[in-house]
Amino acid sequence: MHSFQFDVAHLLASGLVLASFMLLYQDRMFGVINVFVLHAVLLAMAVAWQAYVQDAPHLYITAAIALVFKGTVIPVALYRIVRRLDIHRNIEKVVGVGSTMLIGIGLVSLSIAVMLPVTHRAGAFTSEDLVFALAVVLLGLLMMTTRRNAVSQVIGFMSLENGLILAAAGAKGMPLVVEISVAFSVLIAFIVIGVFLFRIRERFDSVDVQALDRFRGDRG
Amino acid sequence: MGIAVALIVQGGQMMLVLLLAPLLTGLVRKIKARLLRRQGPSVIQPYRDLLRLLRKEVVLAQTASPVFRAAPYVIFAAIWVAAALVPTFATGLMFSWSADLIAIVALLGTARFMLALAGLDVGTSFGGIGSSREMMIASLAEPAMLMVVFTLSLVAQTTQLSSIARFMLEHSVGLRVSLAMAVVALLMVAIAENARIPVDNPATHLELTMVHEAMVLEYSGRHLAMIELGAALKLLLYVSLIGCLFLPWGLARAGDDPSAYLLAILLYLAKLAAGGGLLAVFETSIAKMRVFRVPEFLGAALMLGLLAALLLFVSKSF
Repeated sequence: MHSFQFDVAHLLASGLVLASFMLLYQDRMFGVINVFVLHAVLLAMAVAWQAYVQDAPHLYITAAIALVFKGTVIPVALYRIVRRLDIHRNIEKVVGVGSTMLIGIGLVSLSIAVMLPVTHRAGAFTSEDLVFALAVVLLGLLMMTTRRNAVSQVIGFMSLENGLILAAAGAKGMPLVVEISVAFSVLIAFIVIGVFLFRIRERFDSVDVQALDRFRGDRG
Repeated sequence: MGIAVALIVQGGQMMLVLLLAPLLTGLVRKIKARLLRRQGPSVIQPYRDLLRLLRKEVVLAQTASPVFRAAPYVIFAAIWVAAALVPTFATGLMFSWSADLIAIVALLGTARFMLALAGLDVGTSFGGIGSSREMMIASLAEPAMLMVVFTLSLVAQTTQLSSIARFMLEHSVGLRVSLAMAVVALLMVAIAENARIPVDNPATHLELTMVHEAMVLEYSGRHLAMIELGAALKLLLYVSLIGCLFLPWGLARAGDDPSAYLLAILLYLAKLAAGGGLLAVFETSIAKMRVFRVPEFLGAALMLGLLAALLLFVSKSF
């Protein structure tokens, strides 16, 4: 039968998957950022719970990094970028909400079908964490492909990275140095993307990446 | 002796839902009015409305076919049977073996099918709009409802309502995120099915975006009374369903003494009042959404139902 510890881990990890779906569903800029804060807080809680269950104190540091950077610094910076770019209007999507949700459900079932048999012998906690981590990664990818707005693509990328952290927390024995360097590389990536956003905006007067399509070679 | 008591309890449950349904509707209307700082009609106003409608003569359109005349009774009968099958205050009733969740979904589907036919029958364009919208809503609400049913039956290993309620009562289900998603999905479906505010406005038939009222616009007299009573019963059915699946405390079981039944009935009334109050507060605090947003709303319910079943699959595999 299930232990209480497993139930809480399941609750937090599946909450993360649900938050990914909320990111897909949400179509207002500030709404997306708020949901992303929720995503980061859930990730921090899930990682902290893994730290408690596995008795691995260094995971608490990972959780704290997630809470500080993903939950505070990056959203605040995104708020300021959105305000400066003046894009509070709706996000245009490539596909509608309904089909995005269906594809998302398909991706979740795919990750269950792929990961569950492979990781079944690694124990309930690791296996379940890896299943949901893969789901969050795939949903982040989906968000990056269905949005045309560069800012929401950045948020898709960040939520994808949250999935990677969840996977790292689930797998026992991941050294702290790796996690810290991943966290900082994401921060660097964020800064680079931020600069890039303003460059796109300067060039095309919009952050709609559709504008870049003209410069693809194969279209002529 | 045993059979007689069982029959009385089962009959009592059938009459109870029938008698309480207009009261619940009246209560919701009253609380909504009070929240808007209006006096509002009395709680028993729906009974008076029904009596008035029953006394009035029926005006039929010239183009109306027998389907139009039969539909109100079929709708009412199907919803009443479905509402009577839901364990309201006691489990293990005489007909509980037939109270299958899928059967209840099917009964409600039958009622909806007849209502949509009736909307189309007279040939007014307004009824046609209503029917087509109702079908659009149903095409998403029914799969969402079925996903909730599957989630519950995965947890409880049965689709029989009475047994699910017993299971929830007797086993510690633990912290189940799937059940939380299922209850949210069921609430969203209930709002859509009962034509409540974010999806449809039950208080008016002067709106171009209405769904339910557009279909029943041509009805009058006792036909309209049947349809209104059916709608009230449907609201009661969903409140009782959510109550017995997710808050099953205080349900009496077969063979309890009369005082236990009495206590269970009082608790059931409290649950109904709480459900009605929450619905009224919810309806007052949000605005109606555009018709073309409704598929997104129900798509989210469907997604929650699917996700609940999938997550359950993961946690069950250990």
